[in-house]
Amino acid sequence: MSIKQEMSQSESTFDKTPLKPLCLLMSLMLLSGVTACSRAQQEQSQVSVDGAAVGFPISLAVAEEYHKVQPEAQVSVASSGTGGGISKFCAGEIDIADASRPITDVEIATCKKKGIAFIELPIALDGIAVITNRANNFTQCLSIKELKKIWSSKSTNKVTNWNQVNSNFPNQRLKLYGPASDTGTFDYFTRAVNGKAKASRTDYTPSHNENILVQGVAGDKTALGYVGLSYYLQNRNKLNLVAVKDPKGQCQKPVPIENIVKNIYAPMSRPLFIYISKKSLDTKPSVRKFVNYYLENSHKWVDQVGYVELPQEAYNKIKQMLVSGETGSRFKSVKPGQPITKVL
Amino acid sequence: MTNLISPNDFQKPAEEFTPDVEKREKIGKIFELLFLIALYVGLVVLALLLIVVLKDGFFRLTTPGFLTETPSRFPDQGGIRPAILGSFFLGLLVIVITVPIGVGAALYLEEYAPKTWWGNLIEINISNLAGVPSIVYGLLGLGVFNYFLGFGSTLISGALTLSLLSLPIIIVTAREAVRAVPNSLREASYGLGTTKWQTIWNHVLPYAIPGILTGVILSVARALGDAASLIVIGAVSFLTFNPGLFQRFMALPILIYNYITRPEPGFANAAAAAIIVLLLLILVLNGAAIYIRQRFSSFK
Repeated sequence: MSIKQEMSQSESTFDKTPLKPLCLLMSLMLLSGVTACSRAQQEQSQVSVDGAAVGFPISLAVAEEYHKVQPEAQVSVASSGTGGGISKFCAGEIDIADASRPITDVEIATCKKKGIAFIELPIALDGIAVITNRANNFTQCLSIKELKKIWSSKSTNKVTNWNQVNSNFPNQRLKLYGPASDTGTFDYFTRAVNGKAKASRTDYTPSHNENILVQGVAGDKTALGYVGLSYYLQNRNKLNLVAVKDPKGQCQKPVPIENIVKNIYAPMSRPLFIYISKKSLDTKPSVRKFVNYYLENSHKWVDQVGYVELPQEAYNKIKQMLVSGETGSRFKSVKPGQPITKVL
Repeated sequence: MTNLISPNDFQKPAEEFTPDVEKREKIGKIFELLFLIALYVGLVVLALLLIVVLKDGFFRLTTPGFLTETPSRFPDQGGIRPAILGSFFLGLLVIVITVPIGVGAALYLEEYAPKTWWGNLIEINISNLAGVPSIVYGLLGLGVFNYFLGFGSTLISGALTLSLLSLPIIIVTAREAVRAVPNSLREASYGLGTTKWQTIWNHVLPYAIPGILTGVILSVARALGDAASLIVIGAVSFLTFNPGLFQRFMALPILIYNYITRPEPGFANAAAAAIIVLLLLILVLNGAAIYIRQRFSSFK
């Protein structure tokens, strides 16, 4: 009798203990089921932005400020790079794509196949800064021709010393740092310098993280690299900025930033874009509200995050473009260095 | 006496045996020292990580609102609330999804499945899956959850993908734990006339729970720290709202990754602060698991 009692007692303790966590798990499952309600409704109020790491801080600033005036708005911003952002955009996964270069023909075709019409709006200007190590005192100014000699795909494993670029330069090893090949900065730079997007030498140190490039150039005495202007501005004391010769043969720097606004730092200043899905704009009021806010206010925060405002007349024109709902790309065949007010 | 010393053909004859206690003790000391160094290598690396991260991130961590506000474009303002909640929900969902499935699979393999060559084959394959890089699971999740099941880049897709990532480790460790349950326990239970299921539920499982939880701790910590698969799934780096199950989401590893790519130097400190939060979050989840483990250990 006593044995039986003991057994049943011990059995009951064993019986109950595993049940507790299980009950907890079950209730959690139920709970998560409840939050899963009304998915379509949630999607309606969401605005998703993705794309270039370069334009990301602008969209982020707008989303942050928009959240202050519209606390119930559900805005998400990601930075998968221009290429990654546009491919998500053309798959219909997001409403707005940030881009640091114009959309390409291939991407337009993909979008078309999926039935995605888009509105292209330039929202800010940026410069590409050519940078060298602080110890470099001989590279003050480079022409596009010299840059092409450095970065051309034909130079792979051939142009390895500074004196091969220009005989006045010392015989020092040329170490190169640049953005990875799926970034908009890479596309724009190769197009401006080598004449064809994505045509670049391959024996350089690439990174998606431009801070890595800054660190690389700052720590390597004979290095040269190119980054978005904001990365130079935040690391002025660690780097030398190289001037680039404009088509008239004048050496120009991207600072002061008026040189970018007035298109003096050509062809290495570029517009940054947002691509807006026409369908999202027409069917989701939250997207239209957000885009209106974007165009109305983004100029206030552009310079805070390291970019350059558009000229005033350009803002008026892009607002008109949004109202008219004009789809397609005007910029895809524009040569690097053309002032954007002429295109709009 | 003969029972205690097992017969050994290789034992040397007594006259050749030289005690040389000093030499043997010395060798023993040397190994003790080597193992101590091995322990310190791990501890020093951990300490360095903690010191560097705390030095960079502690100040930012203590600024008001870092844990409770939504992110900002300024490195020294705003907070990381959506990322903390995102990572917390991901961890919770991973546990909820993987523990029943993983333990179930382990129990079947260990208690029910006939011991055949294909059982071994399955075991080897599951162990192999535990070593697959997380980005591969990310691609699988992108294809299955994002596109095929149509969840899109949502929290549930991320949680399911991380569950796939964690499942092999949980199955392997749960299997080991179930295997370690002494057979005498099962036989005693059968001897009282219980069914197989009663034996498993009342005796095998409670006995195995500490071992199972160790596996859960390891795999959930891995899942929470994983960025590669979530990047593929489409976790975002900025949200103005708390993530829901079918909404876009943020997670701490993604936030950290994004912060270190930003030009402003202050973001490096914010990233360090976010790393501290991630470590604490893993500590909390693990602490809960360890607490449950201790409770079950005391039943033995």
